Order: sequence, then C-alpha cells, then structure tokens
Amino acid sequence: MAAVDPAIPPVRVTGLVNRFGQQLVHDGLDMDVRRGEVFGIVGGSGSGKSVLLRSILGLHHPQAGRVEIDGVDLTVLHGDALRQVKHRYGVTFQNGALFSSLTVAQNIQLPILETHRPSQDVLDGLAELKIRLVGLPTDAGGKFPSQLSGGMVKRAALARALALDPSLLFLDEPTAGLDPIAAASFDELVLFLQRTLRLTVVMVTHDLDTIYRICNRVGVIVDQRMVTGTLDEIERNDHPWIKEYFHGARGRAGRRQ
Amino acid sequence: MHLESQLVDGVRELRPVGAWVAAVAPDLERTVAECELGGERAVLDSGALGPLDLTGAWFLHRLEQRLTAAGVAHAWRGARPEAVAFTDTLLDGGGPIETRLPPRTAGERPLDLIGRWTVRRSSDLRDALEFLGRIYFVLGGALLRPARLRFNSVVRHVYETGIQAIPIVALIAFLISVIVAYIGAQELRQFGGDVFVVDLVTVSVLRELGVLLTAIIVAGRSGSAFAAEIGVMRLNEEVDALRAIGVNVVEVLVLPRILGLMIALPLLTVIADAMGLAGGAVLSWLLLDIPFNQFLVRMQDAMASTTFWAGLLKAPVFAFVIALVGTFRGIQVRDSSRELGRLTTVAVVESIFLVLFVDAVFAVAYWEFDF
Repeated sequence: MAAVDPAIPPVRVTGLVNRFGQQLVHDGLDMDVRRGEVFGIVGGSGSGKSVLLRSILGLHHPQAGRVEIDGVDLTVLHGDALRQVKHRYGVTFQNGALFSSLTVAQNIQLPILETHRPSQDVLDGLAELKIRLVGLPTDAGGKFPSQLSGGMVKRAALARALALDPSLLFLDEPTAGLDPIAAASFDELVLFLQRTLRLTVVMVTHDLDTIYRICNRVGVIVDQRMVTGTLDEIERNDHPWIKEYFHGARGRAGRRQ
Repeated sequence: MHLESQLVDGVRELRPVGAWVAAVAPDLERTVAECELGGERAVLDSGALGPLDLTGAWFLHRLEQRLTAAGVAHAWRGARPEAVAFTDTLLDGGGPIETRLPPRTAGERPLDLIGRWTVRRSSDLRDALEFLGRIYFVLGGALLRPARLRFNSVVRHVYETGIQAIPIVALIAFLISVIVAYIGAQELRQFGGDVFVVDLVTVSVLRELGVLLTAIIVAGRSGSAFAAEIGVMRLNEEVDALRAIGVNVVEVLVLPRILGLMIALPLLTVIADAMGLAGGAVLSWLLLDIPFNQFLVRMQDAMASTTFWAGLLKAPVFAFVIALVGTFRGIQVRDSSRELGRLTTVAVVESIFLVLFVDAVFAVAYWEFDF
C-alpha cells in the first residue's frame, strides 16, 4: 500500500447531495475528518446519518458531491480501484452483520481470504490475534454468531473490521443495544484500539456517553447539512435542535461524567 | 517488505526491510517461512523497517518464535518495535484459543453420523406430529368460532398461490397433454386406433396429469415461498414477537396458508384439466384430423362419471401436504441464513415426494373401491 500523505484528510465529503423522490436528505453537506481523531456523527432519526455513512463507504451513489477516502474520490471509481480503496477502511454495522453460517474465526478470516490465501496456520494465528485484540473470550472463535451475546457480537464485528489492519474505522451505532456497562467497556476498547493502532475512527452514534467519552470532534446533521466542531463549540451552537440534543435532560446527564 | 538474513562471524543478522503491513501479508508469510535462521545467536535489526501494522508485527512475533524454537538466542539492535511488544501482551497469558470447530476423529464418524441422523429424524417426526396436532386443535377452534379464521389472509394466499400461478400451470398442462397425445398417436396409429388418443388424453389428464402437475408446480412455487417467508420471520424474531403478543402462530401464519392453498389448488386443477383437454383437442385436430365436435363426443364416451372427480378429489389433499411441509420447515428455521436455504430446499423436495406418495396411495385405494 502506498504511503499516504498525513496532511490529506482520511475522509473528506464535499457538496454531498442525496435525494429520494421528493425527500431531500443531504443538500450540499461537507465533512472533514482529521487523521487520528475520533469523529462522531450525530443527528435526529431520519436526518440521513445512515445514508451519509453508506455514501462514504461507497455502498450508495450520491446524486452529487465528492467523497474522498485518503484523497481518492470514491464516487468516480469502479471495480478494482474501488476495491483497493475499500481495503483501507474497516466497518462494523449496527447489528453486527456477522455471517451467520460462519464461526467467529471464519468471519474474521473472510476478508483476509478475499485478498490472498495464506496457510491455515497463519489464518488461525491472525484470527487469534484479532480475537484477543478485541477482548473476546478464548472459546469464542469456534462459536457461531447466534451463540454470542450482544456485546460479544459487537466485539466480533470489530475484530472482522480490523482483519486487514485498516487505518480507518467506521462504526455504525457501536453501543446501541448494549447495557451501560458493556457500552462503557466497548467505548474503552475503541479508545484503546484507536490509540494503540493509531486509527482514525468515524462513528455514527446516539449515545451521549460515548460522544463525551471518546469523540474528539462531532458533526451534527441539521437542515440537510453538517455542523462540525469540538464538543465545546457544538454545545455553544444556537441551533434549536442541537441545543435540545446537548442541553436536554439526557445531554446534561452525559456531560456530567 | 522482505527479510534480509546474513551470517556474520556465527551471528545471524536479520533485517526486516520496508513496509510490514497486511496488504503484503503473502510476501511476509513467505519471507518468514523461508528465511535461514541457523547461527549461535541472532540479532534483529529494526533500522530498515518501514510502516508496521499488527499483521506485520504478528509475523515478526512469529519470527521470534521460530528463533526460540530453533534454540537461537536473539536480541534487537535498536528498539524492539512497539507493535511487536503489543502482540506479546495480547498473545501471552490466557490458554490456547479456539479458532476452529472441534475436529471429528475418523473412527467415530460413520457411527456418529448414523446416530445423529436417527436422533434428528425421530425428533423431526415427533415435531411434525406435534405440529399436525396443533393445526387440528386450532382448526377445530376456528370452526367453532369462524371469526378466528383470518379471512383476509386466506384470500391473500389464494391470490398468491392460485391466481398468480394460472399462467404457468395452464401452459405446462397444455404442453404436457400435447406431448402425451403426440406420443399416443404415434403408437396407436400402428393398430389403426387413432381415435383412442382422445380416450388416452381424457383419462390421463383428468385422473392423473392435471392434478399431479399442478401440485408439483405449486410445491415448487408456494411450498418454497411458505418455508422462506416463515423462515425469515423466524430469523427476524417476528415469530417470537407474535408469540409475545399472545398471538397463536399456527392460527396467523400456518392455517391461512393451508386453507388458502386448499382452495387454490383444486381451482388450479380445474384450469389444468381444461387446458390439458384443449391441448389434446388441438393436437387431435392438427395431427389426426379429428374435428372438435367429434373430439367432444368421443371424450364424453371415454369419461366415466367418476373420472373428473377422481382427479379433483386429490387436489385438497395434495394442497394440505404441500402447505403443511412448507410451513413446518419454515418454523424449524433458526440461527442462520444457511438453515433457511437448507430447510427451504427440504420443504420442496419433501412436499414433491409426499405428493407422489399420496398419489400412489390414492391409485391403490381407487383400484380397491373401483372408483
């Protein structure tokens, strides 16, 4: 992999427009993620967080705008070139999206097997490394996703996302559906991995505890555009929805910690 | 992204060079596996090492393990990369980790398979009987209180399994009957008995072919659809949600499908019969110069009073079997998408088999009762 100029933002979205029929979801949305930060995407239900994430991942083709990963515009790429860019990032989906007919270890090995065919020995070693990296118990590798608890599914999904050692990690609602203790320990895990592996993390989340604990900067989707800033800056923003979100009862509870 | 190995005065010098990252993992695997390690002791030099990620660090860790296993003491010149130290902390401590399914030993395999198969079959049978019992129970309740019959749902299934299947059923019945008439004509012509083609087509279509073909098409179309629909609902926990609301799953999901198909299949059979006779008539006219009115007269002579009903009577029974197998296999789906595929396949194969089996039973029974 060619070394990337550290000055280039790992994710840059400019002038993104997404429209479904009559409904305008994004209207000239801009977003910049800095290298090595944890960036949180926040927005109300139906504000287009998932569509934004799918556009960045190259799963949805926007009506207009540029989506750059490490300076390469995804929206004009096809085939092998697009696949190359997709190897730069790892992603976890909201419900884990583990392949239900494969064991956890096989789930982790699948992205590796898509790029080359190492010996079974190496495959097992790499799967073991990733299983331990995300703090799954030692017997988890041979289990099927249906045998895992919610927290373990999230960790297994994270292990699969990290299978190819990407420098960029996307997390969709990483703590949704977890109890507060499991959610807090998942936050710590993400923070630990982000520091030790020097990852850039982009997460869509509703969890204010997560935002206050691990996000360096936040992008709020309001009125089809994004307002970006550090938490302090966002808290001072006058937009009514942002005020309600960060200064409502739940927002205050999150900030107190 | 390779490993330089040199022997200097009995000291093995190892220099990882370039980027050791996941993208070049195949090269790393080869270079670590093939590298010469012999020597009194070894020195690892991180001077020329470029970017290093966790996969690369794991291969360096593996290199160190190979050195230790070969009994070669080793040390790093320059700093030991942090990432390698990190893999140490991850991998040391804690027992060995399971990454594969527990292997089966060769000796116990055949016995193991027979045992598993027996247990699975017997529990399948028990489940199927229980399922059947629950259906009769719900059906009995519904007959006492017809409001419990989901009328809208039944109508939907009549539409989906019946009305939408008309074109394919009609086409296949027409073509099969043309084929039967054509082959019959070829054979019967040798005896000068061309006109018996009409008897052949009439009896075979009305008694067997019409209903059997329809049932097989419907088993492929709707039996699989039932299993897949209910199976996906199982995987989405929709079935559990229904149970939690206090809804009887058999009443909402199973019974409307069974009743719908039991209404649709006889109707489809009538259409298949008509199209089959039409196919025979068209072929008789084109190939044997038997005009339509003569075909009709001959057809009525060939038909006993029971011929039509002998076929039609089987249709609701076939429908019950197909719907029962489809819904039963759907409800059995759990855990994974692979199960869904497997059980959908099983539903189609079993329902076609059972349809043919029941048809054989009917044939024997009709013979005994001279129907």
